[in-house]
Amino acid sequence: MQESAEAPHVFNYLTQPEVRFLDAAAARLIPADDLGPGGKEAGVSAYIDNQLNSVWGSHGRNYRSGPWPEGTPYQGFQSRLTPREIYRAAIRETNVHCLKQYQKAFEFLGPREQDDVLKGLESGTIELSSVSSKLFFGLLIRNTMEGFFADPIYGGNRDKVGWKLIGFPGVPPSNYNDLIDEHNVPYRVEPVSILDIRQGKVQLDAQGLPKHVRLKDAEQE
Amino acid sequence: MATKLKPVDAVIVGTGVVGSIMAKELADAGLKVVALERGRMIDPQHDFAVPSTYDELKFDRFSDIFQDLSRETLTFRNSPGERALPMREMGSFKPGEAVGGTALHWSTHARRFLPWDFEARSRTVERYGKGMIPENCTSQDWGITYEELEPYYDQFEHLYGVGGKAGNLDGVIQEGGNPFEGPRSREYPNPPSPMSYAGTMFATACAELGYKPHVNPIAAQTQAYTNPYKLMLGQCIRGGFCTSHACSQGAKANPSTTVIPALLKQENCEIRPLSNVIRVNLDSDRKRATGVTYLDASGREFEQPADIVVLGAYTFNNVRLMLLSGIGAPYDPVANRGVVGRNYSYQSHGRVTMFFEEKAFNPFMGGGARGTAIDEFNGDNFDHSGLDFFGGAYVNVASAGALPIRSTTVPAGTPKWGSEWKRAAAHYYQRNFSIRVGGGCQSYRQNYLDLDPTYRDANGLPLLRMTFDWGENERKSIDWVTGKAEEIAKAMNPSRMNTSGQHGHYDIVPYQSTHNIGGAAMGADPATSAVNKYLQSWDVSNVFVIGGSAFPQNAAYPPTQTIGTLACWAADNIRGTYLKRPGPMA
Repeated sequence: MQESAEAPHVFNYLTQPEVRFLDAAAARLIPADDLGPGGKEAGVSAYIDNQLNSVWGSHGRNYRSGPWPEGTPYQGFQSRLTPREIYRAAIRETNVHCLKQYQKAFEFLGPREQDDVLKGLESGTIELSSVSSKLFFGLLIRNTMEGFFADPIYGGNRDKVGWKLIGFPGVPPSNYNDLIDEHNVPYRVEPVSILDIRQGKVQLDAQGLPKHVRLKDAEQE
Repeated sequence: MATKLKPVDAVIVGTGVVGSIMAKELADAGLKVVALERGRMIDPQHDFAVPSTYDELKFDRFSDIFQDLSRETLTFRNSPGERALPMREMGSFKPGEAVGGTALHWSTHARRFLPWDFEARSRTVERYGKGMIPENCTSQDWGITYEELEPYYDQFEHLYGVGGKAGNLDGVIQEGGNPFEGPRSREYPNPPSPMSYAGTMFATACAELGYKPHVNPIAAQTQAYTNPYKLMLGQCIRGGFCTSHACSQGAKANPSTTVIPALLKQENCEIRPLSNVIRVNLDSDRKRATGVTYLDASGREFEQPADIVVLGAYTFNNVRLMLLSGIGAPYDPVANRGVVGRNYSYQSHGRVTMFFEEKAFNPFMGGGARGTAIDEFNGDNFDHSGLDFFGGAYVNVASAGALPIRSTTVPAGTPKWGSEWKRAAAHYYQRNFSIRVGGGCQSYRQNYLDLDPTYRDANGLPLLRMTFDWGENERKSIDWVTGKAEEIAKAMNPSRMNTSGQHGHYDIVPYQSTHNIGGAAMGADPATSAVNKYLQSWDVSNVFVIGGSAFPQNAAYPPTQTIGTLACWAADNIRGTYLKRPGPMA
């Protein structure tokens, strides 16, 4: 699952139309703006492709036996379909809805129309034929956030854009204890990922923990 | 056919907090011990090496230190009239599956329950009358007192290197500690952790309101420490990645750092990982256990004969093994008879999140449950006259490290996605923290565990079925204490505030806590408890059932320290009394 931050992702499970759908959705869920790159630039689609190929994508560690009656919302995930099957079916069926409604696939809609479709999935007002639109949207928003914030070893959060946005430093150094009494002083560093360490891009101390590089004042905020 | 193995003195199911201590203490007494663990062997230096533990996604979702639900899960419904459905995905709680158990990923918040907690029912009736207890509430006294457990709390705190400040030494209230705690015989083995910025703000606000803030006692080592088993634990570096995570620094006290390395050197004890116990075997009159049957990694069936059987697994597994083996009468909620599965309970929560415009909390710096708390609204620490609930909650600020997937919090009313969400996430990650309200949970007739009639595990055995919903008492107590937390929050002048309580139905989806308890309650009366005060089965006297399963209802504090303490207590009584004269101890 490990991959270089620079090399383009080679999609394995997702088809090209599916990738275009997810790129368009990620660009609306977390837009690129003056604060920095968004979900598309972070590689959310690559992250989702990796996840759908993972143990989780086929619910390899989840309970999968029937019967499968409909549950209450409090009983959690009860679909017969695995996440990889849900994405496959729901992307196609959402595009069927878009073609009917707008005569265009989701990726070709304007931002406002795309937002309307996403809201329709979120609220369940758009009905998909084989899967609950709310269930699909729940996976999509969750995986988008994960693809934006998880360690870049999983293919998303490229160049640690999610961490840079909020100021999360990633893998800790060994000296936070020295900073306990520095109250109300923002700790701003170039974030360090597991991927950076695996690729030998950061200096490590004797414990194998990274030495953080502080950002200069000009780079803050 | 099962292969019958050579008999041992004691067989222990599980190698978590309970199993590891029981194995060590019984092996130290000279017994030949076998501990059976369904999960794999863990070598912390290899399995939890830098940097692989600093991976939020892995420990949120698919780490193999959590239970593999594809083989075994439970089913759930809110009420007896509903159809229970399997918990297909991990959510509300994360039971472990590895040598070291669930405690491999605990948050290290190590508190002694209040003396009141052990006698909650009788003290409530005594002070407020019977009318204070809701009609269907089956909460009861534990059959044991804080005073009896004090030496064992002390033993556990030293085993796990808890850092804190005493609030009550032999009845004398100590400045800086929790004045509401029960009397302790000596100080904590390690010093309290220094306060974070958020913890300091909280402490100042609390002090201004007249409360007594104190530092959370934690078992993430506040300095390098050597425990009574001669094991060295490292100092916590406050790197965050604590809740749900394993620790790469060996600073989190848990079975893999405090007990198991010592156990592995003991020739009269053997840990058998990947050994899934499916049944306790009983003799023909069902008064005595002959040992256990388990499946090894290849699915081969083995019978391990033993004189003593200790069920030291997670709450769910202790109860399920009793039901599958026919030890004790299963609970019938309609007749309110039977004991196994009775008094299943959980923990209630509220939260007030404060957002500021010009602050920097560096929320990623954290270690275990480092933080600050007040106890004025816990248990019966305040007068409930005129209130319509009993029990309460402790109020605290803790920093286990705010990780970006789970802890990117935005003010209520912010859209869940899009530009506005992004702007709020970027602005407030560094500028918010939460006051958490951790509440107890009473037990009720309609909340219980039994075997599911439909769904089965990978071995073809029925899954455990959980029937659970919040009681009115918990909704009200959390609402009331969360109101107090809001007052504290307002004293800090946040620009925005989110408040959440224990409203609506219990939902098995979002993570809440791995604090599932009850189902094999301890007590003084065999009609309402599954085990006696020595954690010994009333029905099969050479079976001891130890763990969260023994709590008759839940206190507000996290349960791990009391679970470990019950193991120390049970082990001492087996060594001191049972071994000399095997048979019923109560």
